[in-house]
Amino acid sequence: MSDVTMRVWRGDANGGQFEDYTVTQQEGEVVLDVIHRIQATDAPDLACRWNCKAGKCGSCAAEINGKPRLMCMTRMDQLPEGPVTITPMKTFPIIRDLVTDVSFNYAQAEKVPALLPPPMPADGYRMFQQDVERGQEFRKCIECFMCQDVCHVIRDHEDNKQYYAGPRFFIRYAELEMHPLDTNDRRDLIREEMGLGYCNITKCCTEVCPEHIKITDNAIIPLKERVVDAQYDPVAWLGRKIRRKTKRSAEEAAVQPAP
Amino acid sequence: MTAVGSSTKVVLGGTRGGPDVATLRQDRWWVQPVVTVSILTAFVIYSTWAAFQNKNYYVGFDRDLISPFYSPCLATSCEAGASNSGFLIHTPGWFSPALLILIFPLGFRLTCYYYRRSYYRAFWWSPPACAVSDAHASYSGETKFPLIMQNLHRYFFYAGLVFNVLLTYDAIRAFRQPGLGFGVTVGTLVLVTNATLLWLYSLSCHACRHLCGGQVRSFAQHPWRHKFWKFVTPLNAKHMNFAWASLVFVALTDVYIRLVASGAITDYKLF
Repeated sequence: MSDVTMRVWRGDANGGQFEDYTVTQQEGEVVLDVIHRIQATDAPDLACRWNCKAGKCGSCAAEINGKPRLMCMTRMDQLPEGPVTITPMKTFPIIRDLVTDVSFNYAQAEKVPALLPPPMPADGYRMFQQDVERGQEFRKCIECFMCQDVCHVIRDHEDNKQYYAGPRFFIRYAELEMHPLDTNDRRDLIREEMGLGYCNITKCCTEVCPEHIKITDNAIIPLKERVVDAQYDPVAWLGRKIRRKTKRSAEEAAVQPAP
Repeated sequence: MTAVGSSTKVVLGGTRGGPDVATLRQDRWWVQPVVTVSILTAFVIYSTWAAFQNKNYYVGFDRDLISPFYSPCLATSCEAGASNSGFLIHTPGWFSPALLILIFPLGFRLTCYYYRRSYYRAFWWSPPACAVSDAHASYSGETKFPLIMQNLHRYFFYAGLVFNVLLTYDAIRAFRQPGLGFGVTVGTLVLVTNATLLWLYSLSCHACRHLCGGQVRSFAQHPWRHKFWKFVTPLNAKHMNFAWASLVFVALTDVYIRLVASGAITDYKLF
């Protein structure tokens, strides 16, 4: 057991400052345990979100020593010596202390055109194991929104929130675009309105993902390549013409109804 | 303050929490950009110098070794024996043949997804590291010229494959020792290693993975493409390693051949 200084951001939309709390760190504790002890002893009004304490709900995402991490999965004994800095996620507006308003993400979720399967065949839909496995990785997402938080496209450029869905939703788009039963074509939508071109693949989303989803390699870059197929590749364009395949415009894709 | 278009009310420009500083990171996040800048700058300086040298890129006496910076040698100014192609572009004697071809491997690496990550971070500081502020006030990513041209990566990939075939041919030629017959020298191993690393770099490329099978919606309906995709996917996971290894080794290959061609060292025969 040793004493540790927790430097926690306290404040709301009207402003804030760091406050230091010196607490005793016990063996095996995670940052969230120490935050709870501060609530129980020094600052009962300290606001933070938490739920499962098992790294599966994504509620307790914050920035620990400047990096987005889940407080419940960050062991105190793995942090370097010295004060531990804890701040709310920078990309989203603050509500209070460590709690932010992440509704930007819910707005982006609403914009995702749903899966649009073909009419049901007489013997029903069939999915093969290799196609099921492909999207499995993307469904591990716990929506902690740390990938959105660390993405510099919106972290450092607030205006881009109007044009950019963010890594969490590129995973969703990738999952749908790789779904064998989906007939929607979202490629123009992803390029024109979801801002895939803003991503410069610096892989920070992959670095912070607590579920270790290869966001950049398995979702964003495959989406970029699909956009190249649809928009920038004359050979692919010729192939579509010969096979008389058409793609949906961004507008058409955006209004596809859920089945 | 602008509302994002959806039924969920979102306000842009809300007050953010935390101090207004570039980063609160306490680790040595700057090490990676410094290493990247050092290696890439050294490579650019060396390769530019080598491309303008226009000499010591071919060993034709007792050996058949050509530098990857000068292969295929397509200029009339090529050293005797360096070109195996019937197609030669007329150039003045002072013109370096490397200048005709280097745009293709350069373009392949410049538009490569891994190198983009590296140089956007290290040179452009956009961002220099995760959770460290972008150095630029505004940002449009790869949506406008010139960066929208990054979408041409797959064409450079195709060109890269052609170069790999030619450099593999060079490696096979390196087993031939004019006047002495067949043999293996250090130079042979250098060219074989160089060609192998370039193949690994190309096959692990994200565009290659997409073209092999990543672009299909259903693997079940395209079993052969699924097999190709499964073959290149583990390579793709090592793309960073192959990118650095092939970059460094292509420069070392040029150094070795340059030293042999200038007479500074002898290409040792192994068997």
